Amino acid sequence: MNNSTEVRGQRSETSPSAGKAAPAPAERHGLGKQLKSLLELLLRDLEVLTSGLGSRASGKAGSGNSFAGSPGSGIFFKAFLGLFLRDLRVLLREFHVFLARVGMQPLLFLFVFTFILPRMGGANLMATGGGVDFGTILLPGLMAVAIMFSGIAAVALPLSQEFGVTREIDDRVMCPLPLWAVALEKVCFSAMQSIIGALLVIPMAYYVPASPVRVHVANWFLLALVLVLSSLLTGSLGLVIGSTVNPRQIGLVFSILVVPITFLGCVYYPWARLGKSGLVWIQIGVLFNPIVYMSEGLRAAVTPGIPHMPWWAILLALVFFTAALGRWGLRGFLGRVLS
Amino acid sequence: MIPLIVEIEALTKVYESKLRVVAVDGIDLELKEGEIFGLLGPNGAGKTTTISIATTRTLPTSGTVRIAGIDVVQHPAHARRHIGVVPQFNTLDRSLTVYENLYFHCRYFGFSHAQAKARAMELLGQFLLTERKDVYPAQLSGGLAQRVQIARAIAHRPTVLFLDEPSAGLDPQSRMAMWGAVEGLRGEGITVLLTTHYLEEADSLSDRLAILDYGRVLALGSPEKLKATLGAHTIFDLKLKLRDGLQPLAAALRARPNVTGADVTADGLRVVAANSDGLLPELVRAAAGHGLLDLKITEPSLETVFIQLTGRDLRE
Repeated sequence: MNNSTEVRGQRSETSPSAGKAAPAPAERHGLGKQLKSLLELLLRDLEVLTSGLGSRASGKAGSGNSFAGSPGSGIFFKAFLGLFLRDLRVLLREFHVFLARVGMQPLLFLFVFTFILPRMGGANLMATGGGVDFGTILLPGLMAVAIMFSGIAAVALPLSQEFGVTREIDDRVMCPLPLWAVALEKVCFSAMQSIIGALLVIPMAYYVPASPVRVHVANWFLLALVLVLSSLLTGSLGLVIGSTVNPRQIGLVFSILVVPITFLGCVYYPWARLGKSGLVWIQIGVLFNPIVYMSEGLRAAVTPGIPHMPWWAILLALVFFTAALGRWGLRGFLGRVLS
Repeated sequence: MIPLIVEIEALTKVYESKLRVVAVDGIDLELKEGEIFGLLGPNGAGKTTTISIATTRTLPTSGTVRIAGIDVVQHPAHARRHIGVVPQFNTLDRSLTVYENLYFHCRYFGFSHAQAKARAMELLGQFLLTERKDVYPAQLSGGLAQRVQIARAIAHRPTVLFLDEPSAGLDPQSRMAMWGAVEGLRGEGITVLLTTHYLEEADSLSDRLAILDYGRVLALGSPEKLKATLGAHTIFDLKLKLRDGLQPLAAALRARPNVTGADVTADGLRVVAANSDGLLPELVRAAAGHGLLDLKITEPSLETVFIQLTGRDLRE
């Protein structure tokens, strides 16, 4: 148990510093003072964290504080694990609700577009030419949608409620963990749900469509990387929404943000075909949409036969959007819990 | 020497928005180990802001707060290990049962599964909550929820417990039970800082208290000491029909040996006296000409101390 605690905690420590390195150039573009103070805050917390590490390494109780059960050592990792376990308990208690939440939409999509419609309108209704059927195009897109919906449902909705009337977040904010780590835990937990949601789509795409979906994972490493990055990205997006949107208007977010970025996120069509169809202005316009890189990345990993963006561009964009949204979300989170 | 658990030095907090609000205006306080310390003041006196800063939830404009020697601004995550908080409102985790609220709180503070389980069960017993361990917070009454919050706040054995208006919104019976729970903490050696605007609460619970108003400490000491040095006074509030020419009357009363103050108020006259012997008939006689409608006598208490310090009623 103890070992797993530390491994998880280690991740919590390394990933923000990696995220911190990325935004550094953006600072030059004039994000300015607030960012600097945020970085200082991060650094200060990292200091606290590493001092905890030091005392663990030397096997001494940190600064002589006698502490119930575990004197001084690894407290940050354990606190992070505690938060994660809490979320896991709540999720598992309503696991069927979670499955319905992440599974219903892709299931119905596949059922209508790849099972019902092909039988109604003949073979070519949704076909994209080149012998590739719609199901194959749809699979990576639906995985991206599943990732995004889980991210928002797992972070934005509970956060906006916890920040709102009940202030339930208070107890978790008071645990002996730097505040950014509390936010990071939310993002990591949501990422886990997103990955489960995305993987659920694969068996559905295998069984539901009338004609088989051609799945061919050429590069497992790329798939894992895209899955993890996409999930962290949507978790960060959820953090932004949850900490900046008024709980009463959270429903509005779905109609004015989530639905548009989904429909314009190259979910139902490959990005490359936009240009071929003479829609270059759309092709360029959607480059600002992070969902595009999620669906294109999954396309590259799961159905490489379909034209897709180059993998390096996808990864670069995913890292950029994760860092940018993560920083924005963290700033919002700190703004809500610190005054 | 008894070690200092909470050290607050020259603390200020200014909210710069459309309206510049000085919530805390240079507060110095020191809490000794094991004492129950009360912050007494009306709403807006700066009590909650002071607690928020000490519990790492608000950043001060200037000044320092140290909890068990740890600077809360420099090392908030470390300081939190020494802090237990019972906030003004019910912030129990609505998605977890009472038992799980305690259990996961312990996990947040680094307890192992077995330690957290044992501690949660111990607290359920101590706070008479065992029967309700599987109930969700939404099903609890205000008094019970408050008890769970206190149990949760001390679950990780903090050095200092902050109680922000612990009896706000509680019925009298639950308030008595809550006082009992706080008194019970004495045995555990926890230092307690509580804010309140109930005089009885401050008087009966605290070993020492500070009276706050407009973000400043007006008086500091044990309730007995405060009453003895500042408030062994009786206050007479006279409600008068005819309020012309009261100034000479007030001046005349002030000249009387035992009277320490006499002021014209909106309703009539307020007279403060160190010794009320024989004053009452005299006051009635003097006020008769002004149409005496009502006379209220407040016996020496923290309330009279407060009125003398601030010139206003705590409940106003």
